Amino acid sequence: MAELPQAARGFGVTFFTMFKKVVTEQYPEDRDKYPPKPRFHGRHQLNRWADGLEKCIGCELCAWACPADAIFVEGASNSEEERFSPGERYGRVYQINYLRCIFCGLCIEACPTRALTMTNDYELADSSRASLIYEKVDLLGPMLPGMLPAPHPMVPGLTDTDYYAGKVKGSVPAQAAGRPDADVTEATS
Amino acid sequence: MTMTSNAGSDLAAVDMVSVTVDGVTIEVPKGTLAIRAAELLGVEIPRFCDHPLLDPVAACRACLIEVEGMPKPAPACAQVVTDGMSIRTQMSSPVAREAQEGVLEFLLLNHPLDCPVCDKGGECPLQNQAMSVGRPESRFDGEKRVFDKPINVSAEILLDRERCVSCARCTRFADQIAGDPMLELLERGAKQQVGTAADQPFDSYFSGNTVQICPVGALTSAAYRFRARPFDLVSVPTTCEHCASGCSLRTDYRRGTVTRRLAWDDPDVNEEWNCDKGRFAFPYLREGRISSPMVREDGELRPASWPEALDAAARGLAAAGSATGVLVGGRSTVEDAYAYARFTRVVLGSDNIDFRVRESSGEEAVFLAAVIAGSPVTTTYASLEQAPIVLTVALEPEDESPIVFLRLRKAARAGRTRIVSVGAVATKGLAKVRGELISALPGAEAQAIQTLPADIKSALGQPGAIILVGERIAAVSGGPSAVAALAAETGASLAWVPRRAGERSALDAGALAGLLPGGRQLLDPTARTEVAAAWGIDPDELPTGIGLAGEQLLMAAREGRLAALITGGVELADYPDHELAEAAIAGAGFIIALENHHSAITERADVVFPVAVVTEKSGTFLDWEGRPRPFGQVFRDSLAQSDAMVLGMIATTMERRLGVHDVAGIRRELGALGPWGGQRNLAPAYGAWSAPVASAPRDGALLALVAWRALIDAGVMQEGEPFLAATARPVVAAMSARTAASIGNPAAVMVTGPKGSVEVPVQVGEVIDGVVVLPLNSPGCSVYRDLGVRIGDAVSVRAAEAREGGRS
Repeated sequence: MAELPQAARGFGVTFFTMFKKVVTEQYPEDRDKYPPKPRFHGRHQLNRWADGLEKCIGCELCAWACPADAIFVEGASNSEEERFSPGERYGRVYQINYLRCIFCGLCIEACPTRALTMTNDYELADSSRASLIYEKVDLLGPMLPGMLPAPHPMVPGLTDTDYYAGKVKGSVPAQAAGRPDADVTEATS
Repeated sequence: MTMTSNAGSDLAAVDMVSVTVDGVTIEVPKGTLAIRAAELLGVEIPRFCDHPLLDPVAACRACLIEVEGMPKPAPACAQVVTDGMSIRTQMSSPVAREAQEGVLEFLLLNHPLDCPVCDKGGECPLQNQAMSVGRPESRFDGEKRVFDKPINVSAEILLDRERCVSCARCTRFADQIAGDPMLELLERGAKQQVGTAADQPFDSYFSGNTVQICPVGALTSAAYRFRARPFDLVSVPTTCEHCASGCSLRTDYRRGTVTRRLAWDDPDVNEEWNCDKGRFAFPYLREGRISSPMVREDGELRPASWPEALDAAARGLAAAGSATGVLVGGRSTVEDAYAYARFTRVVLGSDNIDFRVRESSGEEAVFLAAVIAGSPVTTTYASLEQAPIVLTVALEPEDESPIVFLRLRKAARAGRTRIVSVGAVATKGLAKVRGELISALPGAEAQAIQTLPADIKSALGQPGAIILVGERIAAVSGGPSAVAALAAETGASLAWVPRRAGERSALDAGALAGLLPGGRQLLDPTARTEVAAAWGIDPDELPTGIGLAGEQLLMAAREGRLAALITGGVELADYPDHELAEAAIAGAGFIIALENHHSAITERADVVFPVAVVTEKSGTFLDWEGRPRPFGQVFRDSLAQSDAMVLGMIATTMERRLGVHDVAGIRRELGALGPWGGQRNLAPAYGAWSAPVASAPRDGALLALVAWRALIDAGVMQEGEPFLAATARPVVAAMSARTAASIGNPAAVMVTGPKGSVEVPVQVGEVIDGVVVLPLNSPGCSVYRDLGVRIGDAVSVRAAEAREGGRS
């Protein structure tokens, strides 16, 4: 007989909870209602200069800093015909293995050109191991207005030092010379 | 950094002085530099320009120390310690510390902060020393000096002048060690920079060493530029497979690909240097490899499984029996050559085996067996340095054994050694070792040796005198005999300097008809008993007659007297008689090729086995001294099989026992067998006669041809490295001024042999009259293939018609 009131009390908890405000966040239905904090460590992004050249110089300092050995980089030389970044060197191969990455952000601290930053994208589940190794094309940031897809020359008259000093504000038509197919993202807004 | 070897020097009488470093007193040999005395106590003084193998220059000033009694700090790298001297380094002296900090701050003023893209970043003495003894913050806020970058000082070597700290290591290396003083410090003050003359690039065979010793990233190589960072690389000590100098190398790889090779430190052999071929010629290790066994079916080679290919090989060999020839290219390790030697004698029951894929002669075989094979290591790099006289015969050390050249140059610079070359050309290499030439027409070297001037002959009688003979002596009738007789007469020690890394290995492993391992003669009863016991067979099972070797073996194959041929690493074009080699391959009934790249042989082979390259196996090369140069496997997970393993599998398939299982086992067996301690054969005593003259069309001057392989040429192991190829010496026909005048001083000549002609520019040099010198196998000039002549033959040389271009 002593158990009955206790059981009733337990069911009571359940009963009254049904009328309380729900704390569960529905995923994926309501994900847009709950964005991560701005400084959340999500998927990486390889940034571009305002004219579309890549910021990555293939120096591998991110790979060196990585405690999980998740990053693989191979550098290569830019040439006058095929330029991906200002200066002499660019990252020809850039891979981050998200099965290994622990999102500690040491790579971001190591990057000397701020080519590598982290986004808030946390949706990194997938069904195969291979697809979780992100290549450079997967990591490169979006083409923003005024950008011209690499490879293309630097802004005429400027050097890599000017890029690092932030003097480049967007691509100029001369950079698309010889590339009729090149599609400069319209500088709207 | 290393201490140099003092092997061979007189250790007994060394004056010692007492010096106090940071309050600790030690005894050091007289003449020791303060920086070395501090090293002995474990005190590391920062330095950039200091290098133990280069003369002190005190250019960078990073090593300033306080010397008691001196008014100002002194550079430790140039300060010889004296008895009772007291020095204080940065460890105990604020003055020294402040001086060093100040110097580093100055060095960094104009140094760009491009460490992230610099190849040296991560292994950079400037980075390291800026961290350990530099000032944490720079006080410089002006504009840094900038230069255009990079500039090519040669096709292979790139220079970023703004990174340079003007330490003069590269210029001193080029000037002192290599003898190619094309690098120089130009301008003054803040504009000081390393450079070359506008029309004279830094085309040195040793240019890669400057990249390695550059203490900043100012000198980089085009081949390695931006390929990797030091912290990606796994380093393995290896041995160079390109020539018989036997350099220790460090092979760095990343993800299954060799990214670079560096000279490793071996004071007894290569010190800290190597040549550009050893450093840069490695793309062949990866590119164009044969990936699976292949068998020929209906005239077509097709990939096959290992068991199928082994079956085919075993069937073919069983049918051929002892009528089989074995050609071991001169690039095999001792272990592989031993497997070939044993396979030939035990499994095939044959003695038809030769490793000489080059000019060879019967006289040479007798000479090698009697004088060289299995002989102990007595003539060494160290003894070259100590020798009163070194006589080189049929050898151009700079091209054919570059580390021998460096040692000869070191010996010559020290002023102890007189270097004499018997030949037809006073080459630039000879000038760099301050050598003198004893003129000899090609083919007449034997007579020249027999009639040496009396002073040279008596000099050769001094203790420590050395005769170095190259593999081209095989082209000289009576040459090997004359050299052996000279050594016996004068008491000079005799060393044979072949070109390829595997020649001495194969010789000592018994991969030559009539020779068993360790220099044992096949027909010597005691030797037979020893070898048979080691191989677990009855002495009677060994072949009872000396087999075919050299061109006789090829002729037998051409005439169909050999039912099968096994080749291991053979390039047909390396045989002087190209047509004979082709015909031999065509005439042999059944060909098994153990190769790692497709070649003229695999095109005709019935069974092709892919074999391991040096990075995929362990093994040993014997260098020209006879010194074992063991190396380990770089790629440990490689499934490639060495030649020895493939031969073992063929033997097993034939249900025969080869008894060759792994490298360790072979080394144990060879070690137990040891070198031959019994009676040696007599050295050959062939008479000397002039070389035969080929019938050349008579529409120009008939000149005797001298040719050898340039270090950087059209060799198959140099493929895939365009920057290296671009540093090759220009292809020219060298002749004396008088000879050039006799054909009208043309800018270019057409050199014609029985098979064809090559057109090459003329270079007038110190060549004896009536002789033309060509590179043996360089792009656009392959003497054997294009001309169809041998070294010493007569070729017709006439002025080429003005610029109609190309080879005919």
